[in-house]
Amino acid sequence: MTATTAAAPPARRSLRATPTAWVIWAVVIFFFVNLAGVVGSVLVSSFGQRWFDTWLPSGFTTHWYGDAWREFGLLQVITVTLVASALVVVLSVLIGAPAAYVLARQNFPGKRLVYLSFLLPILMPPITYGIPLATVLYKFGFAGHLSGVVLANLVPSVPFVILTMTPFIEQVDPRIESAARMLGAGTRAVFLKILAPLLVPGLLASAILVLVRTVGMFELTFLTAGPDSQTLVVALYYSMSAAGIRAQQSVDAMAVMYTAMMLVLLVVALRFVNPTQLVARVKEEPE
Amino acid sequence: MSATAGPGPTLNWRHRLAERGVDRKLWLLLPATIFVLVLFIYPFLYGLSLSFQPMNGGSVLANYQRFFNDAYQRDTIFTTLKIALPAALLNVFAAVPIAFRMRGRFRGKRLMTTVLVVPITLGTVLTAQGLLNFLGPTGWFNRVLMGLHLIDGPIRLTNNYWGVFFSLIITGFPFAFLLVLSYLSGIDPTLERAAATLGASRSQRFRRITLPLLAPGLATTFLLTFVLAFSVFPSAVLVGNPAGSTRVISLAAYQAAYEQYDYSYASAIAMIMGAVELVVVAIVLVWRARLYTGSTGGKG
Repeated sequence: MTATTAAAPPARRSLRATPTAWVIWAVVIFFFVNLAGVVGSVLVSSFGQRWFDTWLPSGFTTHWYGDAWREFGLLQVITVTLVASALVVVLSVLIGAPAAYVLARQNFPGKRLVYLSFLLPILMPPITYGIPLATVLYKFGFAGHLSGVVLANLVPSVPFVILTMTPFIEQVDPRIESAARMLGAGTRAVFLKILAPLLVPGLLASAILVLVRTVGMFELTFLTAGPDSQTLVVALYYSMSAAGIRAQQSVDAMAVMYTAMMLVLLVVALRFVNPTQLVARVKEEPE
Repeated sequence: MSATAGPGPTLNWRHRLAERGVDRKLWLLLPATIFVLVLFIYPFLYGLSLSFQPMNGGSVLANYQRFFNDAYQRDTIFTTLKIALPAALLNVFAAVPIAFRMRGRFRGKRLMTTVLVVPITLGTVLTAQGLLNFLGPTGWFNRVLMGLHLIDGPIRLTNNYWGVFFSLIITGFPFAFLLVLSYLSGIDPTLERAAATLGASRSQRFRRITLPLLAPGLATTFLLTFVLAFSVFPSAVLVGNPAGSTRVISLAAYQAAYEQYDYSYASAIAMIMGAVELVVVAIVLVWRARLYTGSTGGKG
């Protein structure tokens, strides 16, 4: 203790190696090495000319990217992905944020029931409600088009916005609203001039989380998309399950483009939220 | 009283409702409520009623009888549970010691959690593609094992049970780890220090203090991981053996709907899938209700 400098925070524990620590670090490193292998092998393969029974491909090229772009019509696919995700984000925030406000501020009869009905779409596996939902959307002519994809993706997104927004709204002191009202602000002014600016971090966090989840959402899009409303991850699935028709490398190139898109979104997302918030609504301790 | 009957009773009635929390602000709930009713509750009930109207006629329960009498379909339940339960259990129980060691602050923690989020966002389709390359017979994994002379020939890890299992670990473990880590950091560390001053050893502190406080969080983590694993679909097709050992129940439902166009039967399978999942969820929740559910002393 006396040897440590005064600048070192006292909370940091030394990572001195006990046998269990070695085992744990070994497991973690093993996991990361395999993860790097999984992502890396796709990356290397997408740049390889031919890759059969060797450590690395026989030569490197970038032409698979051009091939994938043309063969799979990726311009259209990426446009659909972005348009659908943007619509889902806007609609789910517009629907979810007011509901989150009421749930955070008020107690009313039947609140638990309402809350549970917002929670259910997150707790159920997408395929379970996706198949009846797709059936209904086909019945009314939505499925097979962009509108069907957007409607289906709203189902888990709106509850997600509600769950992420609620703690943010709870943090805003209700007395600020009362003070504004006492000074003569109407409901609209309270929302636009008081609440909205204070809730910008929460709105950004939930919007970006919904964006990441919608771009990555496979099952619901898969069940409701038609040939001209596929998102990138669904197009990737189709090209993979039809293996042998296209060169493996151009499928890999498409996978790399999908990865790149997700990583860009992730980098943007992590500027606004903590990694743990991507999976839970728990906030980490300030660092 | 009767003389001032004009605005009196209505005002009174409004006031009394407002005291119980029913006022005009509740209109803000309307869009979300309509949304849940139209896009979730109605399709669900529609699917439920559709499942009782078999496409080829027959009794009300014909679809369900068909499912349970056909061993090829019935076994999808056990196939799914055989993949999802071990994967979810392994994810949660591997996450506990690792999260326990990594709570608190150390250099690179933010980087580590960031890297862990990557497989969650990439999803199972990309993981499947990577696993096919990495674990395949000529992939790097087999090459390393052969280079170390641990195995003589390549071991088969894709297009079978293990391929799907690994894909669930790759996407599920980071998810479980981050959840457990956030639950652990919600437990007040002074409780453990108090136990230490009272002479509790390291293992006693973990067993008697941390674990009981963590158990409800572990149950929740298990449930969320299980839901993810239970609905495994893309990786079961891509890195599994979709005709045999990894023919999961979501695949059976998909085939009924999109290959046989029997939406009634597909809805029945989806309902069975939901019911099986709810049974597991209910068992875990009943067990969780018997645990300590008070404050964990932290910000949790």
